[in-house]
Amino acid sequence: MSPKESPKVELTLPILPDMELAATKTAEVVAKHMNLNEEKSAEISMALIEATINAFEHSESDNGHVEIHFVIQGDKLVIKVTDTGKGFDKTKVEIPKIEEKFGSDHKRGWGLKLIQELMDTVEFESTEEGTTVTMTKKK
Amino acid sequence: MSEFSINTREDGDVVIIETSGYLNNVGGEKISEVCHEQMDNGKKLFLLNLENSKVVNSIGVSILIEIIEKLQDVDGKLGYFNLAPIVEKTFNIMGLTKYSTVYGSESEGLEGMA
Repeated sequence: MSPKESPKVELTLPILPDMELAATKTAEVVAKHMNLNEEKSAEISMALIEATINAFEHSESDNGHVEIHFVIQGDKLVIKVTDTGKGFDKTKVEIPKIEEKFGSDHKRGWGLKLIQELMDTVEFESTEEGTTVTMTKKK
Repeated sequence: MSEFSINTREDGDVVIIETSGYLNNVGGEKISEVCHEQMDNGKKLFLLNLENSKVVNSIGVSILIEIIEKLQDVDGKLGYFNLAPIVEKTFNIMGLTKYSTVYGSESEGLEGMA
């Protein structure tokens, strides 16, 4: 690694039950390296769980894995979660409300809301060839 | 992470459910099964001790919303204690704390359920 290059960790996760927890273990190590406090580290792990299970569940990925990149940019951690599924239209994703979940058969669908609430910034890039969720947390 | 497990006991009318492990879809379904069995026996007050479930996901927590909904039909209550801060924050974001209660301890929960 050259002196000016941002430290980076890359993970390739197979789409298997509970494999999102492997991503949180890495996130904890990276957060500790950055001296992030416990609260921020836990928020990153929770957001990462949601982003990863979304990628697992909704991507219908045909190559059976999800890529996760952690990049330390100064005092900011950038996490990218990428799948090669069919993509989605974020404008068609409704913000869930618990009141609307009562009486509905669909109690799920909280992932994006949690990610947005727990991270400092969240961006989505989605095409028919896949989706990348980029989320950041400042120290 | 170890497999999700449940230990259940009763204190008066309150069923206390102690969980251990990752509260995902599997964990949520196990809690739901226990609650439904107990509701069939007439129980309607439930306290979850989540001390040993410090990691959750929204699918598991969504199953708690189903339990709250069922309990509303019988004037029942769901409460929690020993939550990790991130778990409590997740419950707040998802709105569970509008329809169920986070207690500081088991004794506070038992008092609140009475």
